[in-house]
Amino acid sequence: MSELYLNDYANEAVEKSPTRKGYGEGLKKAGELNDDVVALCADLTESTQMHLFKEAFPDRFFEVGVAEQNLVTVGSGLAAMGKIPFVSSYAAFSPGRNWEQIRTTISLNDRPVKIVGSHAGLYTGADGATHQMLEDIALMRVLPNMVVIVPGDAVEAEKATLALAKDSRPAYLRLAREATPIVTTDKTPFEIGKAYLMREGGALSLISTGTMTYKALMAARQLANDGIEVDVLHIPTIKPLDAIAIIKSASKTGVVITIEEAQINGGLGGAVSELLSEHKPTYVYRMGMQDHFGESGTPDELFDHFGLSIKHIVLKAHAVLSELKKQ
Amino acid sequence: MLKKYSLIELEQLANSIRKDIITMLEHAGSGHSAGPLGLADIFTALYFDILRYDPKKPNWNERDIVLLSNGHCIPVQYATMAEAGFFDKKELLTLRKFGSRLQGHPERLRLPGLENTSGPLGSGLSQAIGMALGLRLNKMPHRYVYVVLGDGELDEGNVWEAAMLAPKYKLNNLIAIIDRNNIQIDGPTESVVPLENLKDKWEAFGWHVIEIDGNNIEAFIDANAMAKAIVEKPVMIIAHTIPGKGVDFMEYDFHWHGKAPNHEEAMKALKELRTLGGKIRSEHE
Repeated sequence: MSELYLNDYANEAVEKSPTRKGYGEGLKKAGELNDDVVALCADLTESTQMHLFKEAFPDRFFEVGVAEQNLVTVGSGLAAMGKIPFVSSYAAFSPGRNWEQIRTTISLNDRPVKIVGSHAGLYTGADGATHQMLEDIALMRVLPNMVVIVPGDAVEAEKATLALAKDSRPAYLRLAREATPIVTTDKTPFEIGKAYLMREGGALSLISTGTMTYKALMAARQLANDGIEVDVLHIPTIKPLDAIAIIKSASKTGVVITIEEAQINGGLGGAVSELLSEHKPTYVYRMGMQDHFGESGTPDELFDHFGLSIKHIVLKAHAVLSELKKQ
Repeated sequence: MLKKYSLIELEQLANSIRKDIITMLEHAGSGHSAGPLGLADIFTALYFDILRYDPKKPNWNERDIVLLSNGHCIPVQYATMAEAGFFDKKELLTLRKFGSRLQGHPERLRLPGLENTSGPLGSGLSQAIGMALGLRLNKMPHRYVYVVLGDGELDEGNVWEAAMLAPKYKLNNLIAIIDRNNIQIDGPTESVVPLENLKDKWEAFGWHVIEIDGNNIEAFIDANAMAKAIVEKPVMIIAHTIPGKGVDFMEYDFHWHGKAPNHEEAMKALKELRTLGGKIRSEHE
């Protein structure tokens, strides 16, 4: 296992920050490094943390109003003129509303527009089911030519933003609203397309994406107290998927639990199942949204209700291992 | 364009493009007839009088840009590009065939000289806005972005999002053209969803609107010159065209929106266009 220089995430006093904040800071830095980086927003500039870029580069920031179809297609036009547009809204609206425009004018048309969907997943809490975008991973990963990234914390979100600004492909970056524990540090590596083995053990593989990796790591520590050592493989890039890392872990443990705060159908669970069923048939249990919508509540209440809190991961691991009689 | 064409030469070019449209659609066995025929005069004026480009260097950094937002009318652009020397006219017969660079709806990555990928309606004006903004950022305001929209396409909400945005940025390097031929697949536009008063609508959104006969090449060239003189607003040219223009049995008939001629119909159409070509010559003599 290579050194990942993880933060002291298990410490109760661990710093918390939302991934969208890491994006805002990364975007400003990307703008400083490259004059061709431009930004467009659909009336959610501060929510998506684009105000940092807007204040620094007012001439390269375009407010298009509440018009998500326009957001991505104007972005496509700017990319055609050599710009690297970051276009942001809430994930429920972009790519939720404008998927066809993304498909035709960005994906098929091969323009390096970076679609940034904030307020994705259950962390959107009180706003309720309409705003808790759960289908975005599935929607975006089926598009040919599209990179899909779900950063695990604000530090990684900043690195992902800087990496996307240098990448020539269209991409989707999924962000969350709530402050979540910082798992990585400035020294932790990040590369598009790479998975990171954050804990190592032989009993089973917890394969997680986004901020669920923190919960997976905490669950792994509890399992270790019970004498069960597990792999925790963090998947910040859902597409292109790091097939080698996933197959390696699955080959070693023989059983996988995927963890995401998105629909398991077509999400990380879907992606990992597709990969393994073809290349390394393995038991895969998918934790995430089981083909239903969310509802209003605090994130803690929602994660508890939908069986996605740390204790649920621990229980699931025990249940899976006893089912397979591996214990 | 280096060569300056006379009006009669432009009219003959448009006639030649119409014949190519009929021939390629007949060979393809499917595709749209009425719109491309109606747009032949505008595309002739664009490629043989107005646009700056080099068919040997399709990515030339000083070129003007033309986007076809209603991608189903692409036969007119393919035929015009072939006429202009982007590729050999023989390739027109590969339209819609497996392995062809001339896809049923335009794909930028397949054919050098195309600036976008379109077909699903409503997105071209927004892309043109992005390009016009990009040219401004790149300090190339002398390059123009043209975008052609269908009138049926105006049913799409995306168009009106773009309609609201362009005036905000006073995009005077953007010239949009509506092909106002009054037909769409399900019938006359005014019976599908009424679009009128179209001029008032665009003016209310902050555009400078010029209304012309879109089958009059001279009128279109004049409108373009006027459009370039308007500096405070983006310009919308509402070009009234005759769907199926030049082929009597196709003109004004919405059934020809999404249909290709069979062999017999194509022969009849080509005969009419040859006669029309003769008429253009004699009228100017």
